[in-house]
Amino acid sequence: MSSYHFTLAGASLVALGSGALWWPEKNLLCVSDLHLGKADRAMRQGGPMLPPYETRDTLYRLEADITLTRAEVIVCLGDSFDDKLSGDRLPEAELQWISRLQTGRRWIWIEGNHDPGPMELGGTYMSALPEPPLVFRHISSSQENGEISGHYHPKAQISLRGKSISKPCFLLDSDRLVLPAYGTFTGGLKTQSDVLCCLMRPEAVAILTGKQARPIQMPRD
Amino acid sequence: MTNSADIVLKWISSKGWHLFPHQRDMLHSADLPAQLLIAPTGAGKTLAGFLPTLAELASHPHQGLHTIYVSPLKALTADIKRNLMTPIHDLNLDIKVEDRTGDTSSHIKRRQRADPPQILLTTPESLALLISYPEATKIFAGVQRVLVDEIHALAESKRGDQLVLALSRLNGICPTLRRVGLSATVDDPQAITELLSGSADGCPVCLADGGPAPDISMLKTDVPPPWSGAGGRYAVEPVLEQIKQHKTTLIFHNTRAQAEIFFHHLWLANNDHLPIAIHHGSLDRVQRQNVETAMTAGKLRAIVCTGSLDLGIDWGDVDLVIQIGAPKNVKRLVQRIGRANHRYNAPSKALIVPANRFEIVECVAALEAVIANDLDGEKRGSKPLDVLCQHIVLVACAGPFDADELYAEVCTAGSYSALSRADFDQCVDFCTTGGYALKRYDQWHRLMRQPDGLYRLRDLRSAARIRMNAGTIQDSDTLKVRLQRRRGGKPLGEIEEAFAATLSPGDTFLIGGQVVRFENLRDMTVEVSRQANKKPKIAVFSGTKFATSTQLSARILSRFATKNWSGLPRHTVHWLEQQTRISTLPLPDRLLLETFPRQDLHHLCIYGFAGRNAQQTLGLLLSKQLEARGLAPLGFVATDYATLIWGLEPIKTPKSLFDPDDLEQGLGDWLAGNAVMKRSFRAVATISGLIERNLPGLQKSGRQATFSSDILYDTLLKYDPDHLMMQITKSEAMRGLVDFSRIRQMLDRIEGRIDHRALPHLSPFSAPLFLEAGRVPVEGQAVERLISEHTEALIKEAGLDF
Repeated sequence: MSSYHFTLAGASLVALGSGALWWPEKNLLCVSDLHLGKADRAMRQGGPMLPPYETRDTLYRLEADITLTRAEVIVCLGDSFDDKLSGDRLPEAELQWISRLQTGRRWIWIEGNHDPGPMELGGTYMSALPEPPLVFRHISSSQENGEISGHYHPKAQISLRGKSISKPCFLLDSDRLVLPAYGTFTGGLKTQSDVLCCLMRPEAVAILTGKQARPIQMPRD
Repeated sequence: MTNSADIVLKWISSKGWHLFPHQRDMLHSADLPAQLLIAPTGAGKTLAGFLPTLAELASHPHQGLHTIYVSPLKALTADIKRNLMTPIHDLNLDIKVEDRTGDTSSHIKRRQRADPPQILLTTPESLALLISYPEATKIFAGVQRVLVDEIHALAESKRGDQLVLALSRLNGICPTLRRVGLSATVDDPQAITELLSGSADGCPVCLADGGPAPDISMLKTDVPPPWSGAGGRYAVEPVLEQIKQHKTTLIFHNTRAQAEIFFHHLWLANNDHLPIAIHHGSLDRVQRQNVETAMTAGKLRAIVCTGSLDLGIDWGDVDLVIQIGAPKNVKRLVQRIGRANHRYNAPSKALIVPANRFEIVECVAALEAVIANDLDGEKRGSKPLDVLCQHIVLVACAGPFDADELYAEVCTAGSYSALSRADFDQCVDFCTTGGYALKRYDQWHRLMRQPDGLYRLRDLRSAARIRMNAGTIQDSDTLKVRLQRRRGGKPLGEIEEAFAATLSPGDTFLIGGQVVRFENLRDMTVEVSRQANKKPKIAVFSGTKFATSTQLSARILSRFATKNWSGLPRHTVHWLEQQTRISTLPLPDRLLLETFPRQDLHHLCIYGFAGRNAQQTLGLLLSKQLEARGLAPLGFVATDYATLIWGLEPIKTPKSLFDPDDLEQGLGDWLAGNAVMKRSFRAVATISGLIERNLPGLQKSGRQATFSSDILYDTLLKYDPDHLMMQITKSEAMRGLVDFSRIRQMLDRIEGRIDHRALPHLSPFSAPLFLEAGRVPVEGQAVERLISEHTEALIKEAGLDF
C-alpha cells in the first residue's frame, strides 16, 4: 500500500503518496493548491517564458489518482488556478481534459486566495464545503474539530544518516489536516515556519508524500 | 604614429625608466587589427597595452571613447585607474579614465552612457550590458582599441564567450576597432589568438622573454599533514615563519571556505599581530577594496586569498607566493607563481603546502612538471548557446535587429566562428517564443517580428528586467550576509543559498575571517551577529573546481609503479607503505577497488585517477548499476583520483560493475535523471534567461517567482526532451561535468585488469574522501528504506496513533 490510513473527527481517511486525500466512505478525493496556469501567469507578468506543461502534468497525476480511487466526488481545495486570468486562458485541450474528468462526477471548486470567484468551468463553486463530520476550506480558520484545508504548501525537511530529505507533506493533528500543494511548479513552506508551528498542535504528524505516504513527527526545529 | 610614440618614449626616459623589448614592440605595432602579447606577470603587460593609447591621445585629442580595457576582475580596474593617473598627468592629457563594473553606482553608469570617458575600464559582463542600450551606437562610434587583459583566464570560461560576442557587436558598430590581448604563459597560444581575432588564422603574437626559472619548493613542516582534510591548518606555524621572513606573502587556496578557515587559524596563532588580511570573491566589496589599497601601499605582510588574486597587475612588494593545497594543474601554478617578486628579472619564489598526505604526492608531481616546463592543456568546448541566447536578447534591448546580419556578426566572434545557421535560428526561436514543442503564449512572446522582418522586444519595459538578469556568468545563487541592526547592518559578504538553507538560528560560520552567528533570514539577506567564541560550521562556497590534469595523474601513477619516493617526506612514504600493507597501491595499468564497512554503511572506493569530472560520472553510472541490483546506494563523492560510493548493502562483486559496454550504453539514459545534469541545467537556464536570478529587489514586490530549476528540468525531460535548454545541458554535461572520454581512457589503460581488496575498515587512501565536499545524493530505494526504518522506530514509541 502506498498510502497512509488515519482518522480525523471519527472519519476514516487515506493520505495518498501523490499528495491527494481520499475519503473512501464518501468516495471523495480532495486535492489542494493546483495553481493551474502558473507558467502563463509568470509570462504575463513579464517574467521568463516557463515550459507550458505544468497544467497537463498536474491533470495527468490527478487523472491517475481518480482512476486509482474510482472517486465520484472531487474537491479542489482552493488556489486551483494561479489567478483569475489563468482559468480563462487555459487552452482548449486542457479545458476539455477537465471536462472529461468532471463527467459523471460531482466536482467542487473551493475558493482560494489566488482564485476568488467562480470560473467558466463546470462544477460547483463554494467558499467552504461542510461534509459532516468534516469541513473543507482553503485556509484553516477555525478551532472546530475535523477541518481539512490547504494554502500553506507544507514541506518537511529531515536529515537521516547524513542525507537531507525534503518532501511536500500533509500536516495532521487531532483537530485538522493541512494538505500539501498538489500542482506542478508549486513551491513549499517549511514546517518549521512560525505560522505552521502555531497552527498545529505540538504532537502533530507530517505525512510525507513520495512513492509511499509515511508519517513522521512534524519537524519543528 | 612614430611621432606619437616618440612623445611617450621621451616621457619614459624622463622618468628614468626603460622599456622592455616587448613593450617597445607593442608600441610600434599598434596599427595591427589584432595582436596578442604573452608575458609572465610582472613584465608590465598592462603598460605595454596602454602605451599606444597614451601615445595616440597625446598627439590627437579624442572625443568620446578611445580605448576600452576589459579584465575578468573588478579589482583590477581600480588599480589601473590609479596607475594611469601618473602618465596622464605628466603628459598633460585632458582625458577621463573611468571604471564601470558591477560595483559602479547606477547614477555614474547613466552619466557614462551620456558622456563616455576616453578610457573605460570594465568587465565582460558590464560590457555585455553596455551594448544593450539604445545609445550603444553612439557610445562606441569612435572606439579605437580594446585591450583584453588576462585573456588566458577568460578563454577558459563562458565569460570569454560573452566577451567575444560583445566584441563582435563593437566591430559591427566600429569596423576599424583594433584588439589587443594580454595573456600569461599558456600551452596553446594559437587557440587564444583565434579567440581574440575571430579568425582561424589567428593573429600575430608578441612573446616576451619568460624570465628566470622560478624558485619553487615544498614547505618544510615538522608536523606532517593530516590524512584527510583540505586546508593547511597544520602548517600555520611554518607559514607564519615564512611571512616573518618576507615583505609581503600571498597565500593561495583552492576554495573560499578553505581560505576562511586558514585565515581564522592563522590569526589564532598570530601572536606578533602581523597585519594579515583575507581576500576572496564572496567578501563585501568595500572590504575587498580596503585590502587591495592596503596591499598596494605595502601595509600588509600577508593576504590569504583564492583565485580572486590570481590575475593582476603589479601588487606592490609581493615576494613570496604560498600555494595551500595541491594546485590541480600545472599551468595555474605557473601563472600564480609568476606573481611573486614582480621584478621581472628576478626569479619568482613559491612554496607549496599539501593539505593532506595524498596531496603530497600530487604536489611533488606538480613541482617536477613545473621544472620540466610541462604545462597541461584542456580544450574547452566552443560556441555555448546559452551565452548566445543572452546576447541576442541584449542586442534586442538596444534596438531591432536583422537576423541575417546578426548571424553574420556573431560568426566573427572567436568561439562562434563555426556556428550553424540552424543553431542560431533555434536560439532566436528560444528568445522569441520560449522554444517549446507546445506552441503557446503568442501575445506574450519576449521578442516579436516586425512587418519589415526585424526582431524587436515586444515590450520595451522588459529591458530593465532583462538587464538585471543578464550579466555575470555564475552558477551559484548567493545571499548577502549582514550584521543584524535595526536599520541595515554592515555587509560582510555572501554565502551560497544552499548553505544558508541548512542554517538554524544559533549556527555559527566563518565569513571574512570572523565567526558569526546566524540570527535569521529576512528579505533574502542573512542576518548575523558576532560570535567570537564558538567553533564555526563551515560555509560552503562553490567557486571554481578544477580537476587534476591527465598529465599530473599520469606522473603520480608512474611514481607508484616505480616506487619512486624521491622528494617525498618520510611521513608520506610511511603512509604509502601503510596503504601498501593494508590494501595496495594504485598502478598505471590496473584499477584498484576497495570495499569496507563504516558507521552502518557499506562503501566502495574506486581509484580511477581520471580527474574529478570523470570520477563523478563514474559515481553516477555505478550508483545506477548498484540501484538496479538492489544494493540501495545512498550517495557518492569524487575527487581527482577516486570515487567513494556508500549504501545500505555490501558490494560483494564490484569487478562485475566495470564492463565497458555496459557503462557506455547506460550513459545516456542514466544521465537524464541525475543531480549532476540538474546542476548543469540550472546554470544554463539562468544564463539563457529561462530562470531569473534571486534578486532581493524583485522579491519584495512579489513579482518574482523563484523557480526550482529541478522541477523545470523534470518537466522538460518529460514533455519536451529535445528543448534547446536540454540540448545545451546535455552537451555541456557530457563534455565538462561528465568527461566520459577520460573514463574511456582509463578503461583502455587497464584493459580489464582490476584488483579488488575487501577490507575490514577504511584504507589510508580512502580517508580524504570522507571529508570531501560535493556529495551527490542518490534518490532511490535507499531513501524509502531509511524513511521506513525511521517511521517504524517512531511508531514503536508511544503517542503517534490517531
